Amino acid sequence: MKYWRVPLDADQIEVTRGIVHIVAERCKGCGYCIAFCPRDVLEVSPRYNAKGYHPPQVKRADECVNCHYCEIICPDFAIYSVEASADLV
Amino acid sequence: MNKTKERNEHPLDELLRTDRIPHIWCPGCGIGTAFSASLVAMKTSAIDLQKTVMVSGIGCSGRGAGYIKLDSYHTTHGRAIPFATGMKLANPELNVVVFSGDGDLFAIGGNHFIHAARRNIDLTVVCVNNFNYGMTGGQAAATTPCNARTTTTPRGNPETPFNLPFMAFAAGASYVARWTILHTRDLTKSVEEALLRRGFSFIEVLAPCPTSYGRRNKQKPLDTLKAYQERTVIKHACHPAEVQLDFERGITLGKFFDLERPTFLDMYDRTCRPQERIEKSEAV
Ligand SMILES: Cc1ncc(C[n+]2csc(CCOP(=O)(O)OP(=O)(O)O)c2C)c(N)n1
Ligand code: SF4
Ligand code: SF4
Ligand code: SF4
Ligand SMILES: [Mg+2]
Repeated sequence: MKYWRVPLDADQIEVTRGIVHIVAERCKGCGYCIAFCPRDVLEVSPRYNAKGYHPPQVKRADECVNCHYCEIICPDFAIYSVEASADLV
Repeated sequence: MNKTKERNEHPLDELLRTDRIPHIWCPGCGIGTAFSASLVAMKTSAIDLQKTVMVSGIGCSGRGAGYIKLDSYHTTHGRAIPFATGMKLANPELNVVVFSGDGDLFAIGGNHFIHAARRNIDLTVVCVNNFNYGMTGGQAAATTPCNARTTTTPRGNPETPFNLPFMAFAAGASYVARWTILHTRDLTKSVEEALLRRGFSFIEVLAPCPTSYGRRNKQKPLDTLKAYQERTVIKHACHPAEVQLDFERGITLGKFFDLERPTFLDMYDRTCRPQERIEKSEAV
């Protein structure tokens, strides 16, 4: 992460990491998750789902901070994030 | 390394009738986000979901009741509030949530709204305001902004829309807030608060209807969300008479009013069912 002024305790702060899950068949391709992800994690996938929409795909997986914004802005219950460590279990 | 996973479950699936998903709402329609925020609020408020019901009227927004996996009722047009009122009075321990559209709640159902607010019936009313009758092809509603184009106002709407928070406040609501679907965290928190308040709570949610309204007003869904980002100002406790809804001058969001007063049932019990009278009738 880039700071304009590095916090004094920057080395102690652990940024939460997330993993995004996409339920491609529910997606209607509105692009809200892509446009409003604060970390620019997502992009439009070139593939189509069965209904003919382009779902999102992950472009910069390591940047996801598990903020859930993609999950709560999605009108179609088609994307969500989980904490990276939790997902390994 | 590909960290995306294709999965078929979603954290809200437990509250969704997943056999009906994908829902009927168009790509970019804001109703889904308003609905999703309401479901999250129901979960996080920790209310007893077995004693929670959702009531909707008719319209695209009115389809909400059909997607929640709780007791829910899809009533006739404009009648979500009287139906919900009856349920609450017959079974006061229920948490009753009304989820419906601006046309349903404020045009055909307008009188029910003001009287339920006046009586302070203990309901949580979430109104998806997309400025038109989406379902029937985009006719002008009581909420259509002045000059906006709809199928029934092809030269622009000559009328002035209702200020919904002001109307709710003036009629007697206990809790009044307005958000957009972009402000989904604030919206969720508001619905959660409203669920826990006693009395008539009203939350207006501004949402794009790209198919019927956006198309005629040259607003692509992402443009509408950008406008929500750029033109909105959060002013908690702003007097409802002063809240604005103008895509040029600004849109006021926030929690405008939150003050508990006796509910209809409190007043009814006090007036018509005083304890001594009940005891007397039981003694007979
Ligand atoms: C008694 C009656 N009158 C008219 C209609 C036609 N009708 C169906 S939905 C609707 C308006 C819905 O508007 P709104 O509540 O804003 O819902 P939206 O589709 O915009 O979400 C109308 C007029 C009807 N179904 N029943
Ligand atoms: S959880 Fe947040 S950071 Fe991760 S993809 Fe979704 S919006 Fe982006
Ligand atoms: S917000 Fe949901 S429906 Fe829209 S593109 Fe993203 S995943 Fe698809
Ligand atoms: S017509 Fe409008 S309100 Fe109805 S589902 Fe489509 S976008 Fe949503
Ligand atoms: Mg409407």
